Amino acid sequence: MAFTDEQLERYSRHIILKEIGVKGQKKLNNGKVLIIGAGGLGAPAAMYLAAAGVGTIGIVDADAVDLSNLQRQIIHTTNDIGKLKVESAKETMNAINPDITVNTYHEFVTSENINDLIKDYDFIIDGTDNFPAKFLINDACVMAGKPFSHAGIIRFKGQLMTVVPGEGPCYRCVFKNPPPKDAVPTCKQAGVIGAMGGVIGSLQAMEAVKYITGVGELLVGYLLTYDALSMEFHKIKLPPRGKGCAVCSDTPSITELIDYEQAACEWHPGDKNA
Amino acid sequence: MSDLNIEIDEEVDITNVVCPVTFVKAKVALEELDDGQVLKIHLNDGEPVQNVPRSLKDEGHQILKLIDNEDGTYDLIVRKVEE
Repeated sequence: MAFTDEQLERYSRHIILKEIGVKGQKKLNNGKVLIIGAGGLGAPAAMYLAAAGVGTIGIVDADAVDLSNLQRQIIHTTNDIGKLKVESAKETMNAINPDITVNTYHEFVTSENINDLIKDYDFIIDGTDNFPAKFLINDACVMAGKPFSHAGIIRFKGQLMTVVPGEGPCYRCVFKNPPPKDAVPTCKQAGVIGAMGGVIGSLQAMEAVKYITGVGELLVGYLLTYDALSMEFHKIKLPPRGKGCAVCSDTPSITELIDYEQAACEWHPGDKNA
Repeated sequence: MSDLNIEIDEEVDITNVVCPVTFVKAKVALEELDDGQVLKIHLNDGEPVQNVPRSLKDEGHQILKLIDNEDGTYDLIVRKVEE
């Protein structure tokens, strides 16, 4: 497949890069990334990957756009309130780049559907906001051998790590098990500064781009943390993979996917009983 | 070009585009070639002739010759060097 003049112009700033070039751009155009969650993290990740020309992008989200989302979920606009997030996200992505295919999945990830969702994608971005989903994504990706980017944001802090199964520690190597229900506040309860999703979600998009093009070093074996108030990034080296990990060790104790219970914290201004 | 005894494998005309698509088109043409093959690039005076040879050199390719056609265009002869 040769690039048209229009594509050469669209991707010219990539093609000029020695590390990317025509070959790297073609890899991006043939790349397939699944983004789970079209929220604070998923919004900027989806927009940058669409703009980069990642040829197939899947978006999973069960929610509709709410006014309270718009302070950080920049893929949605005021006119999108009430629309399915996956539809709103798809419209923005195709407006940025009509070249790409956006697949939408209007559902929550569960132990029942996650294997089907991830199987056709090269790289997964965890843009979810809760521990049950994060552990489920980790376990499913480890079992299926799919690389993914984990991230979390709250208040003025963010963190991320990249997991390439077999090549470094997984999320469960580091965090073991979900915290007890309600022990940790969600960003609904605790708040989050809008640009935090931009910083961390963009780093996730960067990891996806690096994975697809094979350029540079991935954030495997490290946890990167960002504190906006003190303006500090820390790249923390993690212990090696596997030893005693319940899912990625050579003798795992977890061999089936688990649906952990969601924290019962959802207060919503629209709820009649709230 | 009578003084030039270099065999040209491929030619590309980038006089119809502006920076940075000039370099992009030159780069695309070079990527199609094998290591050691020679590309002739027809380019305009000014920004293209200032930037394209330097950018190709930065990527490790070998600039063999720059011929002034004295009509506001140049022919740049480059040998592809794979990393």
